[in-house]
Amino acid sequence: MQYVDTGNVQKRLNSRLLKNNLFKGIFFLATIFGLVVLAVLLIRVGTQGISWMDWNFLTGRLSTDADRAGIMGAILGTSWLMLVVIPVTLFLGVGTAIYLELYAKKGKLQTIIATNISNLAGVPSIVYGLLGLTVFVRAMSVGNVVLAGGLTLSLLVLPIVIVSAQEAIRAVPQHLSEASYGMGATKWQTVKNIILPAAIPGILTGSILALSRAIGETAPLTVLGIPALLIPFPEGFFDPFTALPMQIYYWTLDSSLVDEYAYLAAATIVVLLMLLFLLNAVAIHIRNKFGQRY
Amino acid sequence: MAASRENNRINVRELINKNKNGKNMSRLTENIIPTILFMIASISILTTVGIIYTLLSEAIEFFRRVPIWDFFTGTVLRPLSQDPAFGILPLINGTIISSLIAILVAGPIGMMTAVYLSEYASEKRRRTWKPMLEILAGIPTIVYGFFAFTFVTPVIRTIFPAVEATNILSPGLIMGVMIIPMIASLSEDAMTSVPNSMREGALALGATKLEMTFKVVVPAALSGIISSFVLGISRAIGETMIVTIASGSSKHFTFDITQSMQTMTAYIVEVAGGDAPAGETIYYSLYAVALTLFVFTLMMNLLARYIARKFREEY
Repeated sequence: MQYVDTGNVQKRLNSRLLKNNLFKGIFFLATIFGLVVLAVLLIRVGTQGISWMDWNFLTGRLSTDADRAGIMGAILGTSWLMLVVIPVTLFLGVGTAIYLELYAKKGKLQTIIATNISNLAGVPSIVYGLLGLTVFVRAMSVGNVVLAGGLTLSLLVLPIVIVSAQEAIRAVPQHLSEASYGMGATKWQTVKNIILPAAIPGILTGSILALSRAIGETAPLTVLGIPALLIPFPEGFFDPFTALPMQIYYWTLDSSLVDEYAYLAAATIVVLLMLLFLLNAVAIHIRNKFGQRY
Repeated sequence: MAASRENNRINVRELINKNKNGKNMSRLTENIIPTILFMIASISILTTVGIIYTLLSEAIEFFRRVPIWDFFTGTVLRPLSQDPAFGILPLINGTIISSLIAILVAGPIGMMTAVYLSEYASEKRRRTWKPMLEILAGIPTIVYGFFAFTFVTPVIRTIFPAVEATNILSPGLIMGVMIIPMIASLSEDAMTSVPNSMREGALALGATKLEMTFKVVVPAALSGIISSFVLGISRAIGETMIVTIASGSSKHFTFDITQSMQTMTAYIVEVAGGDAPAGETIYYSLYAVALTLFVFTLMMNLLARYIARKFREEY
């Protein structure tokens, strides 16, 4: 005697399993979708850009004539920006992280600072642009120069650096600092000689990622009024400058007037993306090489 | 012998004294360092204060000239005309529509990606595909703007010729693509943190993987999933370059997604980039719009945190 109608069960099970497999396929396609768009974007921009990329383009000055235009000014401008952003964010970010992780007493103040940092991370970048415009460009009358742009971008990426530095410091095992205290070291000596060196790979990884974010940011620079005109190459922190994303922005907007500008924008994008991928590769390399060895 | 012992003793005393002096020095640094670090840490507070102060002080001046009621209910925005009108509704409308298109793309696709990565994909595939997807989030928005303007819009226009050269549809779609990794990654984290015992319980009762996913895992991870959606919307609201480039600058109050619309962020770029003379109403309108944008995104971010905390299921 058979209590279970095997045929019926099998039939029902089959339809449920079929549904499962069908949806598995749909989920797979959804996952692929993002990667496909990424591939289309890279191939499209790459093929457009490579054809315009030559030595003259990389080293030349700006020109309204598409055939002669070069992006040396933008490359130099971005480099000068980095000379401001790197030291300022490292100093402020690591300092804040040390304070929050190792010095601040658990309490209201620490909670306020921590909540504030996570809120800052969600503020749209263009609002930072307005802050920079009002405080650095106008109130301090620095003008729209390298320093103002760099400080604005530093504030923008500061939350990323703080959070990643905090994580890196937290990941340093307790027994290392306990050993240091046991040897009679003071707190700052322990921080300086033991905790920071052990946390440096993590801090570097996060900082490089923050830096690559800063390099690609455009919105704050447009608000600061950074030009993409025929200006002399920047030679100091108080010189006007242009940057790679600004160059892309202007050429994209003007591509409806001059068709060739689209190719110039694409070629500049190739340069920018190669720079970003390089930075990311360095960050991944550091993480793999120095990560977790205790 | 006795003399040298005497000498030794003196030397030791000197050493102790020296050491004491050194300790004084280090005690000084020990006291100064926390103060310096506190000052550095307070920069982040100062940044917030700075943002709120600049936005508020200039926006208040704006509201002295344009009544706050007219600003928030006005459907006409003509900042540059002889007879200017400052209604923010066209901008809010453009912002909401573009964010809506973005979340309609990124929400389902991001969640399905999260389900695939956390429930169906092998460990090896998950570890290679997740970073690949995260490249999407690392691409500068200006590049997406270029892509939307020079590739996506022309493609859409060959299929639907009625679409304008600048429209809200293509930047909305591309913003969606940009947000996919954020939603996928946060939702996947939420799903992965659902304990395996719950999955095994469902499977042992005879559920298929699909049934297990949607009847057990997704409900258990719902707070994380919803908060990832809210964060995604917030990101879309604050996004600037894609909409500035690809959605144009017309300030119509319309719901037609084939038309050009302006978002709050794009308006800020237009007005700030146009070198608005300080003192004019249009200059102050910049800050009123930015304040609205800031409040919008702040509320979304707080909401996302609240949902993630409040409705987190504990196992």
